[in-house]
Amino acid sequence: MHTEIHIDKDICIGAGQCALAAPSVFTQDDDGYSAVLPGKEDTDDPMLREAARACPVSAITVSDRAVG
Amino acid sequence: MTDLTELTAPTDLPEPVSFPQDRTCPYHPPAGYDPLRAARPLTRVTLYDGRTAWLVTGHAAARALLADQRLSTDRSRPDFPVTNERFAAVRNRKVALLGENDPQHRTKRRMMIPAFTVKRATAMRPDIQRIVDELLDAMIAQGPTADLVSAFALPVPSMVICALLGVPYADHEFFEAQSRRLLRGPKAEDSQDARDQLEAYLDELIDRKQQSPGEGVLDDLVREQLNEGALDREELISLTIILLVAGHETTANMISLGTYTLLLHPERLAELRDDPGLLPDAVEELMRSLSIVDGLMRQALEDIDVDGTTIRAGEGVIFSAAVINRDEDVYTAPDTLDWHRPTRHHVSFGFGIHQCLGQNLARAELEIALHSLFDRLPTLSLAVPAEEIPFKPGDTIQGMLELPVTW
Repeated sequence: MHTEIHIDKDICIGAGQCALAAPSVFTQDDDGYSAVLPGKEDTDDPMLREAARACPVSAITVSDRAVG
Repeated sequence: MTDLTELTAPTDLPEPVSFPQDRTCPYHPPAGYDPLRAARPLTRVTLYDGRTAWLVTGHAAARALLADQRLSTDRSRPDFPVTNERFAAVRNRKVALLGENDPQHRTKRRMMIPAFTVKRATAMRPDIQRIVDELLDAMIAQGPTADLVSAFALPVPSMVICALLGVPYADHEFFEAQSRRLLRGPKAEDSQDARDQLEAYLDELIDRKQQSPGEGVLDDLVREQLNEGALDREELISLTIILLVAGHETTANMISLGTYTLLLHPERLAELRDDPGLLPDAVEELMRSLSIVDGLMRQALEDIDVDGTTIRAGEGVIFSAAVINRDEDVYTAPDTLDWHRPTRHHVSFGFGIHQCLGQNLARAELEIALHSLFDRLPTLSLAVPAEEIPFKPGDTIQGMLELPVTW
């Protein structure tokens, strides 16, 4: 199983909680919105779900998907 | 003699607890909140004007409700809950961001995000360090005693927000004094007058920025938003007041109360000295434990069900961060300071769309200020007995009024 990360930029408020909780997965783009670092789109970083839970507007969805 | 109050006291239904109350120890919720802590996830409280409102006390309910856009922050609506007379006096003034719902809030928030990212806060660390070092140099030169509030806790965030916004620090005494009057009065007229004075000051500053632009966030807002017509002048002034006031009053109180708390918890302080890597977690734990902004206000726009209790449309809803952040279902031994606990999900920066814009800057300031203070002054201690040091009343941001220290 791998994970899939979806960021809803329409509701993101740029609080940066994701980048703070899981800096190896999330960053903020030049406009301040949450973004997944290149190559981390299907990470299984243990802090990933913590970062999603820290988002004050629930803009991050993490879902499991079967590989292949 | 018969005690009359005993005869007339209600026996079945207890009177709702009054909110807010003054703390008896500046780093703990008032003992008078004990019934509130036992009444999760929400209960009724009586406000200063005799009206009642819901008080949210449970952590899970608080996160859900703060993120629920059926709760409004528009304070000009009738029946919006008001926790003190000063706030009532200025409630009809427009308050950018904090006093707006989406979509108006979203438009302005989006203008501000790029200036307050984690990256921008990290990039400001050398500037913050320089400001902290210079203030400590000056304080030490005049020592070995000082009032830490006026010599350090207040000027650090004040200088940082001035540098970020492009507001001349030379004017700091003026806007610090007006911010204090806006938030603490003491009279309602003081708050009104302070708001007038801040508006007039910023109106003139914006004129000057239009004539000779600088490089601060306010200069950017003038150039990109005001001159382009995306913000009108009144909106820009209101937005800048929020940034200026929120930018220094909150962090200043965290520095003063955080220092006081650490000095009264020498074992926790020793732990931090031994392992400065604990500092980011210690700052979060201090944020959770001290809950200096206690009493965020909202109003229900529709009926909302909370675990079987209905908040009716129009009713006031208040969030006690001090109670929520000590929810025993989430934090083990919540009254104890513990740098090793998972403390991240506190609501001291709020939650939902209004969560603090400046939180990453605040974290950087607190880490640098507390680390440098105790690093430069290893013998720092209170200059008078702890119980003699005055702190703020319960109806404003919590913190020390003064903090006499020696080293």
